[in-house]
Amino acid sequence: MGGFLSFVKKETLHIVRDPRTMLIALLMPVVQILLFGFAISTEVNNVNVAVVAPRPSETIRQIAMRIGASSYLTFKGFIPASDIDRTLRAGDADAVVVFADDYDRRTADPASKPDGKPAVQLIMDASNTNTAAAGAGYLRQLLTNPEAFKAAPETRLLFNPQMKSAYNFVPGIMGLIFILICAILTSVSIVREKETGTMEVLLVSPVRPLRIILAKMIPYFTLSCLNLASILLLARYVLDVPMSGSVAGIVGMSLLYLALALALGLFISTIADTQVTALIISAILMLIPLIMLSGMVFPIENMPGILQAVSCIIPARWYIDAIRKLMIEGLPFADVLDDFFILAAMTAALIGVALKKFNDKLE
Amino acid sequence: MESEPIIRVRELSKRFGDFTAVDRITFDVARGEIFGFLGANGAGKTTAMRMLCGLSYPTSGSGTVAGFDIAREGELIKRHIGYMSQRFSLYDDLTVMENIRLYGGIYGLSRREILRRTAALLERLDFRAERHTRVGRLPLGWKQKLSFSVATLHRPQVVFLDEPTGGVDPVTRRQFWELIYEAAAEGTTLFVTTHYMDEAEYCSRVSIMVDGQIRALGAPAELKRHYGARTMDEVFRMLAREAKRTE
Amino acid sequence: MERAITAEGLTKRYGSLTALDSVSFAVERGELFGLIGPDGAGKSTLFRLLTTLLAPDAGHAEVDGFDTVKDYRAIRRRVGYMPGRFSLYPDLSVEENLDFFAALFGVRVRDNYDLIAPIYRQIEPFRTRRAGRLSGGMKQKLALCCALIHRPSVLFLDEPTTGVDAVSRNEFWEMLDDLRQRGITTLVSTPYMDEAERCDRIALINTARILGIDSPKGIVARFDEPLYALSGERMYDLLLAARQSPGIRECYTFGETHHLIAEGGFDPVAFLRSLDEKGFQRVALHPIRAGIEDVFMKLMHHGE
Repeated sequence: MGGFLSFVKKETLHIVRDPRTMLIALLMPVVQILLFGFAISTEVNNVNVAVVAPRPSETIRQIAMRIGASSYLTFKGFIPASDIDRTLRAGDADAVVVFADDYDRRTADPASKPDGKPAVQLIMDASNTNTAAAGAGYLRQLLTNPEAFKAAPETRLLFNPQMKSAYNFVPGIMGLIFILICAILTSVSIVREKETGTMEVLLVSPVRPLRIILAKMIPYFTLSCLNLASILLLARYVLDVPMSGSVAGIVGMSLLYLALALALGLFISTIADTQVTALIISAILMLIPLIMLSGMVFPIENMPGILQAVSCIIPARWYIDAIRKLMIEGLPFADVLDDFFILAAMTAALIGVALKKFNDKLE
Repeated sequence: MESEPIIRVRELSKRFGDFTAVDRITFDVARGEIFGFLGANGAGKTTAMRMLCGLSYPTSGSGTVAGFDIAREGELIKRHIGYMSQRFSLYDDLTVMENIRLYGGIYGLSRREILRRTAALLERLDFRAERHTRVGRLPLGWKQKLSFSVATLHRPQVVFLDEPTGGVDPVTRRQFWELIYEAAAEGTTLFVTTHYMDEAEYCSRVSIMVDGQIRALGAPAELKRHYGARTMDEVFRMLAREAKRTE
Repeated sequence: MERAITAEGLTKRYGSLTALDSVSFAVERGELFGLIGPDGAGKSTLFRLLTTLLAPDAGHAEVDGFDTVKDYRAIRRRVGYMPGRFSLYPDLSVEENLDFFAALFGVRVRDNYDLIAPIYRQIEPFRTRRAGRLSGGMKQKLALCCALIHRPSVLFLDEPTTGVDAVSRNEFWEMLDDLRQRGITTLVSTPYMDEAERCDRIALINTARILGIDSPKGIVARFDEPLYALSGERMYDLLLAARQSPGIRECYTFGETHHLIAEGGFDPVAFLRSLDEKGFQRVALHPIRAGIEDVFMKLMHHGE
């Protein structure tokens, strides 16, 4: 067993002595969480709204005040109707609310409909569809007078009532980081030994190849566990993710995902002969599909059917889905059992294939 | 010597921090000479050669190669010399013709001139039948000859050869040296580094570097006489053993 | 007593390329056996077959009495292997490298220190230095220590002297000679013909085939044609002139002289006279004994 421990020690030294690896492994998760949590935000915050009102009545003034009071909207003032186009074009406003001159009268008597012209009109700058859609939504809610329209639906946002996008990103980042550290760093470190020729010496030794690989994985596994802990702590205490579900479930799911990532790393190392190849394979085979198709960035439900089908073979899809349910929706572990079993089956298959390929190489 | 030396080096030094890689070396190489540049690993050969090829600035001292100043006219030097090493060689995935055309283009030869010289080169090497073969499929010896011919395609006055024959079989090695002799007979100057001491005997003159300095310089026969040695190998070992540097 | 290495009809193909073509040889216990040949001759493939990293397509081999395919595990416990490039970890120190390789074979450094001591002492002053910052010669010594640390019964060294200067090469062969005196069997490969003489026996190998196996003396004794050394001024012109003279089968450069293989009916006196007429001065010609390189080239031509 002494051989095994010295292996782990040697592997740890490799990591500790390479500042780049250390930086990637330890700093990246923190930076990503903070970056996605604070700097990059997909929620729409500052929709600039100008108002056109030929006869600014009391009601209209109140609406303008409500626009100004909203944290999502900014009131940019009243403009004449002739300036609508120029204001939008110049980017001074993202939306213009145009009130008809008989707005008050028509809202007071919803039955009246004299000339078919609307009482109020929203003109949106749709060059950024996200801003346009969200802004229109906010404004529609604000303009919908509950007294006048008793039947207007009320929207309640569950699970993420403030629509904080950082929440949605935490599971995605976890899905990405564990693949990066476990799969990519492990495969690169195995392939590096092939490149320098040390792998041959290791193989011509009494230590079984499987042990060599296992010893290589342990430090990266440990590193990933550290990252898991730091991500969970950051999510809970810095981003205020409630973690209302089972924390043990999150950890268990993540450990399974780590095993899968390690097997993936081993698999890549059997098909790549140089570190550069390993990196390219990792990027093309894993990172791009992971980012594009796992639901981390683009919702799977909105993809064309064929891409939805492809996304089914991406492990991160199932992992991210499960973590979302556990972490954000606060569902019990029983509700992610399907994700769990799919991931477990993938892990078993990958370990099998990777080990077979690894042994075949040795003949 | 009847003409200006083609390579002229005076008190040339290169320091990296407090480490003196090349320590005030001075020598001349005459036109048409085969100059052997020997030294143990870490003696400073590579650094000195990089300065002569215009790839690295000297810390102090001066030198000219083919009439150009190594400190100020590096770009001109690169255009007027040929360079071949074991590592920098031909592109395996291009054919013989494509490689020749590529290098001709790099050295700014006209299309007509490239075609003319390619034909002459293929003729001389007896490569006509292989001109559309990918270089990766050629035997090592062929590759080497092609590599040398490509490095001299633009008719440089000086050719730098950095360990051109490592690991090659004895027959191919000799064929290669005959190419070198032939080029020298045509007036090209050859500046060669090698680990094979028998190849040192083929040189008109050799220099031996130890710890960044040139410790011996002369024709092989002179050096052997001076050190009372039978072979260049003995001379080299006597000198290199005095090295204090461990890198 | 059984032999340290036997190989019979070993063949290895990579696709359409035959890397090793029916190679047979045997190494006795305690022998320093050299495998001499250029790059691409098949030396490294042969090492990989014998060290159980590859399985042969045909033929079979035994190392220390164990079959390289069936008993590969037993072989891996017994042999020391130093592949072409110095296989060390550049980011680990000298000491850490040695400790690691000891642990790999389940031994402690101090148990086998006596074996590596003469070599290790030379690099011990640098034991905390990272291996990547050692000179070529020192890396070579450290790699040898690492290959020896478990007291292997057979040592496989694949081109240990390539890319190392003449002084370090010479020191390295002195170390191998020392190991031989302590009973270690060594199979070593090299592209340098001049190193052949340091071996007990050698196999000349070229283009996947063994050209000949014998002691260095026995190999050169196979050269049965009259051989002369020719020297003078204007060596290149002299070479061309000699090739055109009658009675000369071959003339090639050989360090400071040219070697000249004569055919029946070669008349040295007439030859020298003709050179004199062509204006060559201070020409010297004397019969010499062939070296390993002469034999290698002759055998290469035979093969073609």
